[in-house]
This record gives sequence, structure tokens and C-alpha cells, in this order.
Amino acid sequence: MSEILYWLPACCLKHHLQDMVDGGWRTLKSGNVKHWEHFEHKADIGIRGYGATPPAAFAQCALALTAVSTDPAQVAPRVPVSIACAAPELDALLLDWLGALLLEMDRRKMLFSRYEIQIAEGKLTATAWGETVEPARHQPAVEVKAATYHALAVRQLADGSWLAQCVVDV
Amino acid sequence: MDTSRLTQKNATEWVLEPHGTMRVPGVLFADEQLIREMDDQVLDQVAGVASLPGIVTAAFTMPDAHWGYGFPIGGVAAFDAHKGGVVSAGGVGFDISCGVRTALTKMHVDEIRPKLEKLANLLLARIPAGVGSTGTLKLNAKELDDMLTGGAAWAVQRGFGTARDLARIENHGCIAEAEPAQVSQNAKSRQFDEMGTLGSGNHYLELQEIVEIYDEKIAAAYGLRVGEVAVSLHCGSRGLGHQVATDFSKRMVAAAARHGIALPDRELACAPIHSDEGRAYLGAMSAAINCALANRQILLELVRRTWHEVFRGVDMELLYDVSHNTCKQEEVAVDGRPQRLWVHRKGATRAFGPGHPELPPELRAVGQPVLIGGTMGTASYILAGTTESATHAFSSACHGAGRAMSRTQALKRWQGRAVMDDLAHRGIEIRTSSYRGIAEEAPGAYKDVDRVVAVTQAAGLSRQVAKLIPLACVKG
Repeated sequence: MSEILYWLPACCLKHHLQDMVDGGWRTLKSGNVKHWEHFEHKADIGIRGYGATPPAAFAQCALALTAVSTDPAQVAPRVPVSIACAAPELDALLLDWLGALLLEMDRRKMLFSRYEIQIAEGKLTATAWGETVEPARHQPAVEVKAATYHALAVRQLADGSWLAQCVVDV
Repeated sequence: MDTSRLTQKNATEWVLEPHGTMRVPGVLFADEQLIREMDDQVLDQVAGVASLPGIVTAAFTMPDAHWGYGFPIGGVAAFDAHKGGVVSAGGVGFDISCGVRTALTKMHVDEIRPKLEKLANLLLARIPAGVGSTGTLKLNAKELDDMLTGGAAWAVQRGFGTARDLARIENHGCIAEAEPAQVSQNAKSRQFDEMGTLGSGNHYLELQEIVEIYDEKIAAAYGLRVGEVAVSLHCGSRGLGHQVATDFSKRMVAAAARHGIALPDRELACAPIHSDEGRAYLGAMSAAINCALANRQILLELVRRTWHEVFRGVDMELLYDVSHNTCKQEEVAVDGRPQRLWVHRKGATRAFGPGHPELPPELRAVGQPVLIGGTMGTASYILAGTTESATHAFSSACHGAGRAMSRTQALKRWQGRAVMDDLAHRGIEIRTSSYRGIAEEAPGAYKDVDRVVAVTQAAGLSRQVAKLIPLACVKG
């Protein structure tokens, strides 16, 4: 399974705050509609991504993760960072993927907005592109402390597309 | 919350009788209004905690409890290692040793008010806060391990504050059980440049005016006077603590299965205290507590230095430093007999009553200061531990207002700039790098802290000593 999420310039995306909360929609050349959204949790926030394949859903979920802190459309995909993790189940793999992203975001002080992901035999290899946090431009609201098992799910929907989600601690 | 599953014991105590896999009851401290406003999931989570091996007496929740992961936020549970008791990373939370520290300026608000704007601007400039911020200290691997071993005492040795501060910190600023070797390299790599940073979200640095004293005797012992200004910090163990929790949540899911512990929810992941995984977590978690204590010690010193730029020669005494996400071994009374138990407090504050040997001599007669943070637009409170709280919930109290509304809802309802303008009209200076963060943290998104504190006192968990209102707040 392999998926490239094409980053689109900010002008192509809805980037009003309200739209960001409700999710960013975009259409790839294949015609697949892909999007992410946030869902309710009292103290924290749920992140959810949809895609035609698990890697696509993982990429959208990662965009939802970035959107907890800032508008992903404002994050330029300048610097690539390689990420690898492994887990026997897809839901555990999602948790490891998000955890690996959070680790890189924190130790590199970066935000990411573009992801290329491959998943094969329980192993995920990916490149995430992003840039160093600039508070004045990114206006980051909150840092995510961790991805949690709460509401963790990766599953195929009735229409054949995939959903990847969990609640993150902020 | 649907209260039909509960038995009301009195005006502030509700009991969930053991059923299913529960080994002990659940005990929820709240009045009728707070319990009705509480999420139904809190009850399921209390039942889950009460089902864990080795739990003693009951699974408790404080009046500010809300839905968390595995354990509810505002949850307290103690485990007996000799009866197969467990330790849970989810029972401590992701921000290990997040807590509140309050220092007293001994200056009257009338002296501060003319310089308030300047102070707020300087504090924003001097205190690293917000996503992606770094501290001025850069530690190498050995220095990081020394910090994880020494806690706030390490920070004092590095010139941040004085030894006098240490007596006013839980465990005198250092957990001896810390084992830096149990902290992963990933966790350490997040902390080399994050010492002395405030973080973001609900973390803050606030200048507060003491506006009301409820107990003159205790207030005198604490050095609190109406009209004087205090400085409070709310933050935790930063990236290192988050990574320790992440690492061990995963390890404990596997450990629970290996030790035959059935988990109704993976966030309840745990390991026997007397197991390799349990000991490893306690060593790493204790190191993360030391990280938080060192972090708050550095931050306070940065505040003091900033203060001196405006008010030369003015000393700032630390009142106390509490942690509200921890698991510590404490001597508690169970059915009148002392026992050494591992007490988890997740969003709950330790509240030792008068006479407790850990308290410094000058506070021992009146009990431990319990520091309860409000929001940037509402009051904070200083309470004192009581003798009777030891028999209620292993000497524990609430930790803050608790959220009443999700961040998503808050963002739809408020705009950051408007919230700041509204607070400015009320004389409260807000400084931040993120308007969106202010909207998400709007005071209206939290429960009524006044009610939470009143119920905490009515339930006998702690005694109200003083009320403080915000003058200026720096948010990450």
C-alpha cells in the first residue's frame, strides 16, 4: 500500500478557522475525495482522516494532527523527515505513526503538512515534509502531548474507503 | 450524569456500589449540580479503575472530575504492591507531574498596577512559552541525567533559586526513586533544549491579587494578606514526560496481557508494581517528576529575575509547589492502620493535613498548601490539607476548574482577540503568541471553579484559605 498526499498551496485550501475545525477537503486526480476532521472530546480533541487506502487515511489523520496546532495550509513543506515504525495491527500502527510524528515535531520544533506513506507487512515507512515553527506566522494554539488509545480505530467503511482516528492529549 | 446508578451518601459524596468486575466501590465527591453536569463516561471509567488488581478502599473522583483516558481526570486510586497491586501510566497521565507553583511578592497591588503592562510585556519576552519554544539552557546527556536525578535541587545547584525553595516543594523537590536509565533516548532527546519552558494549552504564568481570606490563622502561616500580589505557574514535565507516558502506555498494554490482567480499556494499561515493567515505569515516571520540578524551579527564577528588572531588591518567596499528575508511595491509614501504598493522582492534588511529617516545620501545624488554578478570567484558590481528608481520598483534593466544553466548541463560540479585549476591560492583561489558543482556553469553557472549591471544602477534602483573582496572564 502506498500513498502520496499532494500538498496544495494555501490559496487552494479553505483556511478560515471555522473550516479548519470542520475539516479540509481536497480532490486528487483520481477523483477520490479525501478529508480530515476533528471530533469532540471534553478535555482534548479527536483527529480523524479518511482515504481510499490505509496510508491515505493515515496521511489525512496526520493533517488533522497538525490542524490541532495550526492551519496546515500555512505550513510550507520545505524540509523532509524520514519516519519508520512497525506494529502488527493497523490501529497500533496508527498510534506509532502519530507518536513518531509528535516526537519529530517536538525535538525538531517543526510542523508538517505533506506526507508520503508506504505500509507493507506491518511496517510503515514515510516522509513528512514541513518547516520550523514560526509563532507569529503559524499562531500555534496548542502542542499535542500524545496520541492515545482513546477512540483509536482504523477501519474500512461501507463504501470501501478507510478511516483512521484517535483522541490526542493536549 | 445519570445518577440512578449511584447511592447518595451525603450532600457531597456519591457511591457506585461494586458490580461486575469491580473489586471496590467508586466514590465520587460532588454536589448534586456538579454530579449531574459530569460526563456519564466518568462513571464507566471509575468502574474500570475499581476493577484493577490490588486497588485499596475505593476508586475516587474529585469535584472537578471529567472524562479522561482509562482513569478519569480528577481520579485518585491507591494500590497495594503486596496484594498484586498495579501501577498505570494512564493513571498518571501524559503530562507527568503537571502542577502549580505559587510565589508571594509581598507587594501591594497598588504598587504593581502602574507597572502591570510593562511586567506583562517583560514576562512574555523573558519566559519561553508556546509551541516550539526552547529554553536558554542546553543540556548534554550527563547534565540531563543529573537533572532527572536531582529535580529542583539540581536547578538550585545550577543557580536557579535557593535551597530555601526546596522545603516548599513536594518531596523537597526531588523524588529519590528516579532512574534516568529507564527514560528512553527518544524522551531525553525532547528535553535537551526544553528546560525552563512553560508549554501551551492550559499552562500559564499569572500575576494574581489576593482578594479574600477565609481562614486568618492558616493565611498568616502561609504569609497571605489581602491586596498583596502572588505569581502562579502551571506547567509540567514537557516533552520528556509526554514521551515517557507514550512509551510506557504501549509497554503496559503488552505487560498487562503477559501478567493476565484483563483490561476493559487499553488506556487502563498497567503492570504489577512488583514486575520489571512496573519498576521500570516507576523509575522513569519519578525521573519525569524531577524534570517537572526542575522546570518549574527554573521558571520561577526567570520570573524573579524579570521582576527585579522592574522592582529592584524585591524578594519573592515560594509558597508551595504541588503536582497533580503523579503516582507516589505514601503512608496512608486504611481502616485505622498505616500502610505503604502507591497513590495515583490524575488531575488531583496531594493535600496532606496538619502534622504530616513531610511538611516543613513552619507549615506543619496548619497543613499543606493546596494550589487550585482557575482560568485567566476567574479566581484561583489556596486551600489547606485537612486531617479528615486522609480518611476520605488518601489526602487528595481537586486540581482546577476542569473543562466544561471541548476545544472545538470553544473555538466556534469565542474569538481570541475578543476574549482578550473583554479581559482587558476587566483590568486583566493577557499576553500570548496565539489568539486561537486564547479562544480555546476562554474562561467560559471551564467549570465554575468557585463551586468546585466550595464543594471540595464541604466534602472535607481541603479547607479554603484564600481567593486570588488574575491581574495578568502569559499563555503559551
